Amino acid sequence: MATTATVHAHAAPQGFIRKYIFSLDHKIIGLQYYFLALVAVFVGMFLSLLMRIHLIWPTAVLPLVGEIKPETYLSLLTMHGTIMVFFVLTTAPQSGFGNYFLPIQIGAPDMAFPVLNMLSFWTTFLAFVAMIAAFFVSGGAPLHGWTGYAPLSALPSAGPGEQLGADLWVISIAIFCVASLMGALNFITTLLDLRAKGMTLFRLPLTCWAWFVTAILALLAFGVLLSAGILLLLDRNLGTSFYVPLVVVNGTVMGHKGGSPLLWQHLFWFFGHPEVYIAILPGMGVASQVLSTFARKPIFGYKAMVYAIMAIGLLGFTVWGHHMFMSGMSPYSAFAFSIMTMAIGVPSAIKTFNWLGTLHKARIRFHSPMLFAIGFVSLFVSGGLSGPFLAQPVLDIPLHDTYFVVGHFHLIMGVAAIFGIFAATYYWFPKMFGRMMNESLGRIHFWVTLVGTYAIFMPMHYLGMAGHPRRYSQLTELAYLHDLIPVQQFMTYAAFITIGFQFVFVFNLFWSMFKGPKASDNPWEATTLEWTTATPPPHDNFGGHTPVVNHGPYEYSVPGAPRDYVMQTDPVTATAH
Amino acid sequence: MSEAVAHPQALAETYEPSLFGTYSKKIGMWLFLLSDSLTFGALLYAYTYGRISTPNWPTPFHSESIRNATLMTAFLLTSSLTMVLAVRASVFGNAKTQRWWLFATMACGTAFVVLHGREWSNLIAEGLTLPVFPTVPHHTASAEFSNVAQTVPQFPATFFGLTGMHMLHVTLGVIYLGIIALRRTFIPILLGLWLIAWLATPAYSPFHYGAHVLLAAAVVCGVIVWLKPKVYDSSDVEVAGLYWHFVDLVWMFIFPLVYLMSTRII
Ligand code: HEM
Ligand SMILES: [Cu+2]
Repeated sequence: MATTATVHAHAAPQGFIRKYIFSLDHKIIGLQYYFLALVAVFVGMFLSLLMRIHLIWPTAVLPLVGEIKPETYLSLLTMHGTIMVFFVLTTAPQSGFGNYFLPIQIGAPDMAFPVLNMLSFWTTFLAFVAMIAAFFVSGGAPLHGWTGYAPLSALPSAGPGEQLGADLWVISIAIFCVASLMGALNFITTLLDLRAKGMTLFRLPLTCWAWFVTAILALLAFGVLLSAGILLLLDRNLGTSFYVPLVVVNGTVMGHKGGSPLLWQHLFWFFGHPEVYIAILPGMGVASQVLSTFARKPIFGYKAMVYAIMAIGLLGFTVWGHHMFMSGMSPYSAFAFSIMTMAIGVPSAIKTFNWLGTLHKARIRFHSPMLFAIGFVSLFVSGGLSGPFLAQPVLDIPLHDTYFVVGHFHLIMGVAAIFGIFAATYYWFPKMFGRMMNESLGRIHFWVTLVGTYAIFMPMHYLGMAGHPRRYSQLTELAYLHDLIPVQQFMTYAAFITIGFQFVFVFNLFWSMFKGPKASDNPWEATTLEWTTATPPPHDNFGGHTPVVNHGPYEYSVPGAPRDYVMQTDPVTATAH
Repeated sequence: MSEAVAHPQALAETYEPSLFGTYSKKIGMWLFLLSDSLTFGALLYAYTYGRISTPNWPTPFHSESIRNATLMTAFLLTSSLTMVLAVRASVFGNAKTQRWWLFATMACGTAFVVLHGREWSNLIAEGLTLPVFPTVPHHTASAEFSNVAQTVPQFPATFFGLTGMHMLHVTLGVIYLGIIALRRTFIPILLGLWLIAWLATPAYSPFHYGAHVLLAAAVVCGVIVWLKPKVYDSSDVEVAGLYWHFVDLVWMFIFPLVYLMSTRII
């Protein structure tokens, strides 16, 4: 078969429902994902605030949850982690912005499979509803953390939230897996098949590369998590013993025997480590795009960036064991996992140095997207430096399951990815909504968030080194934890301020959507295809024609060119040298 | 919504050639199969894990089970052949022949599922069962199978887990082919099958509840056919064929691992 692609030039839909609710337009679906993530992030933030409050005022009676018992605390942290990882960090950068901008940046009229795209959003939505429902069933939300370690997660009698709440949790995750698989194969096919003439692989913006590799990771990783979840459901509901050895809960011998909790850890982390890259790679793509645009320089080492993304994706599948050093592992395996883990530091460092190289001697335009992109790099470095510490089994023995790990992954995965989302929002807002966001509010938002997140998460490293365990709700009973309470207080105050200032962002977002100054088609003087079309883009993205690409994605300050940037669709003569 | 399929020539001028030189739907299916093979890979990993970590893994299947499973395998292999013939007919544009070969494939798939269901029911009656499956009334379990289920719960767990997932895949495959062959006409048929399956199975059988998969599938297919009411072309048959052969291939792993390697050798 020599045919290449089937183009889905479906007509613009009529009527509110088909246009905005069950839309097949990748742009609308992207926005749906984005707003789903926005709702989720506020739920997640609210839960974290409750936890922070409880840590320093343990007797306080809180709104909506009442008095926080130790198991309530565990429910809060489980739901916080799960919602943040799945419904925010996986949803917004990849499914949200990727959906909106991947087709436009490659010159396609839509995704390869628009119906599948719509189905994947609505399945994600269903998963979110199931997850939230876990709060409201008898027993409440599950206690097993976002990692869902068995046997706790496999035994309904193990605690109050482990009954129906935990079933809903597993079902939600399984549905989420299916949704992500549908999304991932759509992204990959679109990128392979629907690139406009001239958009060769090495002319793809780095955002597209990041979304592409992320989709491959998702395709491979979520399939495994799906299996893990199905087996967990069987253990919970059909009495099988995949993950459960002979256990006694509160004096009662459970009917299980012969299973292995380590099986869950292997399957979970085979997904879990790639998942952290699913969360961060799109942010890396956005950072590259934004840094290059606002530094008015080509990205330093474009090809190295591409290969680094691929290397990270590949190595990401070989290191899951570093989460299990303390679970009882042969020292030889631990050594192998440790070496592979530290090897990931190499492509990560390549990316970091290339970002710095892009900034070197640049005439930087400090607009809000740029501030957040620089903030992303800063957080990625600060969070990444603690990785090689944890990657060594000897150091991980004291540090595992302490606040040190919490600090590590919040900086690198949590906040760095969030900064990627912010950078993307400020950068693409004009294209998505046709108006500009307020610059001063953006700057205030940036500085408070940057300082605030460091204030919250940096001290966690000291707590961890002092031996403070994670997932503890009572700090008053043990003397050495009691002595550390002032640090916890500082972190809670910082969290209050930081979370409070996120409302500045939300205000800016919605106010600018309706009242912001009108944006031109290319307000940032950027080069990629989304800036060549109308603002906001028409239903088929380019108004009836397909762009022809003549240039690489980051041709800024090209000598001899009439302007300081050459758009990807500019005629070839523009760079005559 | 009108689906404009542009002429290949026009496409070649506006788009870069696809990396794999084939159409999107086929790539999409290959990607799905890639991820599904990881899903099954994880299950097989769990099976291996359980088997290796259990001393004295039992080998209780006698020739009756093996004969039945061999017959199932034969049906599945035949169905792959009929699927190939369906694809061939569709390439030649022979809609009628293609439809008949699809029906033949579906028949073989259904035979596989029915035989497998019978096998499950027998094993459950004999005592090789999961804790939540009710005991079969008026039937005394065999001491040997009950003993396996008691002492090595990993055995029935992996058996039912793996073959259950595979059976689900075959069932969905039959439905998929039905939609390709008959489009929306198949949905009432599917609902009929659901009713039959539900009413024909006794309440203690896991298939009594499993039948609802058909109902769920009918709803999902209804939504999809409503959203994409187009007529299917030969590429759909080819893509469905990929799925069918994959499910067949998975069985070629499960059959030796789960059955043959657990046969009692006298
Ligand atoms: C140089 C790169 C990195 C290295 C060497 C590294 C190493 C590690 C190690 C060894 C652990 C396990 C610690 C323990 O549980 O005892 C860990 C945990 C974690 N890392 Fe990284 N990491 C790196 C980059 C990243 C990135 C880029 C992300 C996310 C975008 C990330 C997210 C996480 C998360 C979420 C956890 C904790 C999971 C949990 O237990 O809940 N890491 N890291
Ligand atoms: Cu990891």
